[in-house]
Amino acid sequence: MGLPEIFFYYFAIMAVVTAGFAVTRPNPVYSVLFLVACFFHVAGLFVLLGAEFLAALQILVQAGALMVLYLFVVFLFNLSEAKTARIVHRQAGFAGIVSLILVALMVIFSVQGVFRGPFRELVRPQTTDNVSYVAGALFTDFLLPFELASLVLLVVLFGAIVLGKREEGE
Amino acid sequence: MIGLTHYLVLSAILFIIGVMGVLMRRNIIVILLSIELILTSVNLNLIAFSHFAHNPTGQVFVFFVLTIAAAEAALGLAILVTLYKNLESINVDDVNQLKG
Repeated sequence: MGLPEIFFYYFAIMAVVTAGFAVTRPNPVYSVLFLVACFFHVAGLFVLLGAEFLAALQILVQAGALMVLYLFVVFLFNLSEAKTARIVHRQAGFAGIVSLILVALMVIFSVQGVFRGPFRELVRPQTTDNVSYVAGALFTDFLLPFELASLVLLVVLFGAIVLGKREEGE
Repeated sequence: MIGLTHYLVLSAILFIIGVMGVLMRRNIIVILLSIELILTSVNLNLIAFSHFAHNPTGQVFVFFVLTIAAAEAALGLAILVTLYKNLESINVDDVNQLKG
């Protein structure tokens, strides 16, 4: 087993374990912190796949900004009763069975499916570093969606301000 | 040798952990966190295909998914704060005013 395999299995097992802890902890603070660890390990997998730019983005945006936002909101709420209360929903048994069937199907199809290698007419080999590789596609073929993404962020900014605003006379 | 299948299976497992979190937990914060986990597993899938197909489009899509994830988290948390102001609770089964 070479070095890439060791790193893959380390990152994969740690990502699954921390994701499992994140979903099962009763206290949301621990959930958020375990999810930060999970995102770091997934970023490691991104590096193994040669996507360094997105690994950095994953750590900065997902693990950094978003999870801090979640932590702020968790600290806003009074969670003293949430720790003792029942943590699973009434439909949990049925939902668990359906999810297990779904994961079994997905794993079976992933293992059985045959990847016949890249389509030759779609191949664009990475000749430079990863940032210019992604930017080359982002600023030529996907320029319009890129600009629309900024519009989406602007709309979300307004939406969050309007939702969070105090009502008149409150 | 780590192939595409390894990444697909790992991504499926992460996806299902997220789906189970969405369907089984009562706490809305944990449900939103599970949605983040689902989006991350999809990102892993897209990057794996991008790597093995030698095409940058998958990575560009991950960029857009990250944008939408940030938007979804910001709006979801704003709605959650409003909900908590009105209901004093963050459990999904207390949100049943639309039942009629």
